Amino acid sequence: MAEIRVQNLRKAFGEFVAVQDSNFVVENGEFFVMLGPSGCGKTTTLRMIAGLELPTGGKILLGGEDVTMRRARERDIAFVFQLFALYPHMNVRKNIGFPLLAQGMASAEIRTRVEETAKLLRIDHLLDKSVSGLAGGDRQRVALGRAIVRRPKCFLMDEPLGTLDTEFRDLMVHELRELHNRIHATTVYVTHDQMEAMSMADKIAVMNHGVIEQFGSPREIYDRPATMFVADFIGSPPMNFLRFGGGLARGSKEIVVQGARVTVPEVREDIAPADMALGIRPEHIRFDDASKLRGAIYGTEYLGTTQIVAVETADGIIKARVPAGLHLNTGEQVGLALSSARLSLFEKGTGRAVKTAMYDQAVEARHG
Amino acid sequence: MSLTAAHSVVAPSTNSKRIAGVLVVGYALISIVPLLWIFATSFKTPPDSIAYPPKIVFQPSIEGYCNLFTTRTRQTPEYINALGPATGFCDETVRKRNMVIAGPSNFLPRFVNSLIIAFGSTFCAVFLGTLSAYGFSRFKVPLADDLLFFILSTRMMPPIAVAIPIYLMYRELGLSDTALGMILLYTAVNVSLAVWLLKGFIDEIPREYEEAAMIDGYTRLQAFWRTVLPQATTGIAATAIFCLIFAWNEYAFAALLTSGTAQTAPPFIPTIIGEGGQDWPAVAAGTTIFLVPILVFTILLRKQLLRGITFGAVRK
Repeated sequence: MAEIRVQNLRKAFGEFVAVQDSNFVVENGEFFVMLGPSGCGKTTTLRMIAGLELPTGGKILLGGEDVTMRRARERDIAFVFQLFALYPHMNVRKNIGFPLLAQGMASAEIRTRVEETAKLLRIDHLLDKSVSGLAGGDRQRVALGRAIVRRPKCFLMDEPLGTLDTEFRDLMVHELRELHNRIHATTVYVTHDQMEAMSMADKIAVMNHGVIEQFGSPREIYDRPATMFVADFIGSPPMNFLRFGGGLARGSKEIVVQGARVTVPEVREDIAPADMALGIRPEHIRFDDASKLRGAIYGTEYLGTTQIVAVETADGIIKARVPAGLHLNTGEQVGLALSSARLSLFEKGTGRAVKTAMYDQAVEARHG
Repeated sequence: MSLTAAHSVVAPSTNSKRIAGVLVVGYALISIVPLLWIFATSFKTPPDSIAYPPKIVFQPSIEGYCNLFTTRTRQTPEYINALGPATGFCDETVRKRNMVIAGPSNFLPRFVNSLIIAFGSTFCAVFLGTLSAYGFSRFKVPLADDLLFFILSTRMMPPIAVAIPIYLMYRELGLSDTALGMILLYTAVNVSLAVWLLKGFIDEIPREYEEAAMIDGYTRLQAFWRTVLPQATTGIAATAIFCLIFAWNEYAFAALLTSGTAQTAPPFIPTIIGEGGQDWPAVAAGTTIFLVPILVFTILLRKQLLRGITFGAVRK
């Protein structure tokens, strides 16, 4: 096992820049997820780590060794493809043993290793079956088996659960994380599904247009989004944004949104007057008639334990997550009370989050 | 509700199935009757083969096959009577027509030439075609589209259009009437078909298979050999059969460029007519034997051939 260090990694296809100066470190044994919409460069980054694409610039270090320009087969990594790439002309046993065969391992040893791996993944009863008859989840397990049988330096997975049914997917998310807890393999996992990312990752990098927008733990990314894109991409429903104008002064604790005063975490920088946005997670909204921030109920989505209520304000619809027990009528006027300590402020132009007291911890954590 | 089965929107109706059946049987008859006629003629005696009205029922004889494999000379009855007893069926049949067997005919060596040239050129075309199709399918080849068009353009005219330059070239190069020359020629004609056909098949095989193998420690060539090739067998078989049918049946170039040692069966068979009258049973016998290899090959690979014809119509 080894750490992966990516430095100023860049990839251009002609005019199109797929990955721009990416920097991140995946520590030894960490489960790292690259998250982003399709076409954001996450798969390209993964393929560069694997050696399937050569970067236009930058460096990739695997366990301290520069492998940037090395061939895929010389990197000692394993890759799980979205469509699994199980060889249809081989049975499960041969598929799993295929990487060992490349190393010229004796067939008796291959046999033992394959059987050990199959037991670990609970697919030992399938070893002599043809891969084409397997169910989605089992194919996934065979693909994983082929990856772990060689005990490589790290695992790379490209949306491996993308083609599975929801039911299987939840199961496999669980199994993957459990497997990781058992073998502690450095893993880079690419997905566009935030639920997968949040439930499995130690660290997440959120990518957009070839740029890593934020790198951090799932908690950091959810609670303290670095950009409006991240705030909008993570969370279901995503973060609400309310526009407000004017600058911000260091030390101020209050802003005015739609004529209502809203207390926010203490601002840590001076911002010249510009279009700004207040970011509010749906669960940080309560209904309180005393609040001057008002809107009319537009509709509700009942989810059992909670309900998502769409409220039409002067600045469009915002969504609140409130207890399911609350009885609300469409058209009813409500006041919105916001949890002050959990609010984010963004510069609309750049999408960047304003430094506030809420980010103090994050900064400390990174430097400390 | 009636008891009849519910109508399916997509399944063909009974009537259209019947019409299709009649059409297929009709087409099969049109194609098969000449073949049956040739097969029957090969077992007729020369008088039966030219009898009018044509004989459907006749006494089968293998005289045609005897004549095909031998050369004969006419002798006087006295000479024949002076010979010892006939050594075999053919000997006996020939003597009834006041002839004796002078030696083996050229049919067997010509047939062997056909086998060597057709299978040799098919192997070369498929081998080269597979490798270049893989290259075009997987690598960024500069001007790939233009090159592919250029390759295809070699088939835009009938191959025989270039007969004269090829004839002159071959004469200069000493390739006239050699098996090597014919193999090269048929390979050159077929390789364009092979590249296009196989590129389609290889394009359909996801790259992930080779990528997975290369990450797992194989070189590209090993990955190609172990993961791409086994999945391309259908395409390779279909391509091989198309190439083989062309090379096996080719007449014009063979007639032009071969006359002796490298002559193939197609130009040889008509020459039988010239030797000692119109020996239709011998011609029919030669044709029947000539049909056998391609028939066996086609039957063995019929599934792949069908897939080759309907290729692209249905995605897996």
